[in-house]
Amino acid sequence: MSETLILSARWGKPGSAKLENYRADGGYQALDKALGMEPTAIVEEVKKSNLRGRGGAGFATGLKWTFLPKDVRPRYLTVNADESEPGTFKDRYIIELDPHMLLEGIAITCVALDIHLAYIYIRGEFAKQARALETAIAEARAAGIIGPKVLGKKDFALDIHVHRGAGAYICGEESALLESLEGKKGNPRLKPPFPAVVGLWGKPTIINNVETIANVPWIVQHGGEAFAALGVGKSGGTRLFGVSGHVNKPGVYEKPVAYNLKQLIMEDAGGILGGRKLKAVIPGGSSAPVLAAHEIDISMEYEAVKAAGSMSGSGGVIVFDESACMVRALARLSRFYAEESCGQCTPCREGTNWMEGMLHRIEAGHAGPADVARLEQVANSIAGNTICALGDAAAMPVQSFLKKFKPEFLAHCELRRCPCGDTGWGLTQEPRDAVAGPMRYAR
Amino acid sequence: MTNHAGGVEGLPREQVEQFDRELSRILDRYPPDRKASAMIPALRLGQTLFGYVSPAVQALAADRLGTSPARAEEVATFYVMLETHPFGKHLVEVCTNVSCSLTGGDRLWAYLKQKLALAGAGTTADGGYTLREAECLGSCGTAPAMLVDEEMYEQLTPQKVDQILGSLK
Repeated sequence: MSETLILSARWGKPGSAKLENYRADGGYQALDKALGMEPTAIVEEVKKSNLRGRGGAGFATGLKWTFLPKDVRPRYLTVNADESEPGTFKDRYIIELDPHMLLEGIAITCVALDIHLAYIYIRGEFAKQARALETAIAEARAAGIIGPKVLGKKDFALDIHVHRGAGAYICGEESALLESLEGKKGNPRLKPPFPAVVGLWGKPTIINNVETIANVPWIVQHGGEAFAALGVGKSGGTRLFGVSGHVNKPGVYEKPVAYNLKQLIMEDAGGILGGRKLKAVIPGGSSAPVLAAHEIDISMEYEAVKAAGSMSGSGGVIVFDESACMVRALARLSRFYAEESCGQCTPCREGTNWMEGMLHRIEAGHAGPADVARLEQVANSIAGNTICALGDAAAMPVQSFLKKFKPEFLAHCELRRCPCGDTGWGLTQEPRDAVAGPMRYAR
Repeated sequence: MTNHAGGVEGLPREQVEQFDRELSRILDRYPPDRKASAMIPALRLGQTLFGYVSPAVQALAADRLGTSPARAEEVATFYVMLETHPFGKHLVEVCTNVSCSLTGGDRLWAYLKQKLALAGAGTTADGGYTLREAECLGSCGTAPAMLVDEEMYEQLTPQKVDQILGSLK
């Protein structure tokens, strides 16, 4: 049976980003179909599809859409292209290689929800991707697909704009994203009220991840049930899994939502670099609790990964072989969270810095077992005590690394140095393209 | 024009006019009563035209967007891509986060420090380069990666880094 590819089917085709080629491949037909449907029927299809948010939280998309208050206008759509979670690199390829799929998804979503203004919030570092979006939007506008009349047919005005960030991981958090879009620093808001009720400029706002919205045209074209059938239980469709780290073929692989993690790493991504043994896997972006080598024979479906004690999050799979130092890896991750904490909540602002400092001392061999215990205590004091999920995201790696790899931390204390020395990031340091060839997209 | 301490008087008039022209195009993206939303793009524009986001640039952006200089300063100091101090002619930012370091990003950082004769993050004596570590750039499958003057370079090797820096003007 050939695999169904929804998101990456056109990747690798020459000129896949161009409007004329997208149309030649059947693009914007789903929008045409949607224009002939009742808006509520479109929402119904998305509900039936069991599409869940691909940004990390995995919230049911159709359900999120129903949270919009009935009588308040205007409403806004914001597409989250702030892809910044370490290990996550999927949305950028949708934007680079098939931006019109995203624009079509936005147009359908706006028609379904009576929204006339949409923003794509893209992280500041994605210069090439922002240009790709601007080009695609200009093409769509020139062709009359967006503008005063959607697809040049329906009396429905729609405008789509790109808003570039300027370097802040926290702006991927939906309420911080709204603050940033309003021209402020990215401090997350207290919830409730949720953005669907009080969002951009105080108005009801739907915020969805790029990959989430890019699925909408396929769902409208083929029906929600067909999408649901690709998955299991309450998770429909396929997902883009990004595999990075110590594998032979790093890259983005589109697979059914319930695909097996071990198969993804050992077969699709070509197994472990240098034929070495696997040590650990972070399955869903850096915030997801780490799994030990023997724990990876699991489905990547949201609930299944949760049952295994982690989360499938953003689908960013980071692989560590046996030569990597887990203390060094965690120390680097903790530095990231300390750097990116917005500073609003004390447990996160102070705690992430303490964790970074402690981990630095442990890695350098300047700490004792009591520090390892204290590190755990600090992580436990952050988790659950902050406005947004960044606190939890910073605590979960620390808690899970300590749970699964504590002997490595204690060995650093005992030896008073890193047992790996100069090779703490792993034995193979040859440039990646020499080892593994160019970037792989989904097969 | 408001007259804050360190206000826009110090900015060259020609560039201020260019700023106003380009800002008006940016403002097309936002409802007329929501101009303050353009703060990030306005400050980035200011950085491009005036070199960095000085207090004068912050005051200029705040004035044009009808908001307070405090709001501009708050944004300028929050986002890492907005520079509130002068920096080198070229900005080199190497990702050393986990996925990059697992495939050589850490070595690349060491290589660049050596190449530019810097002990750590900083600007070379001749002002030619500012070097620093970056957080995850979303290039984990094509690691290691760096930004040079805000453009991304991926699947790097020391040889490629030499080529890229050598081709800069």
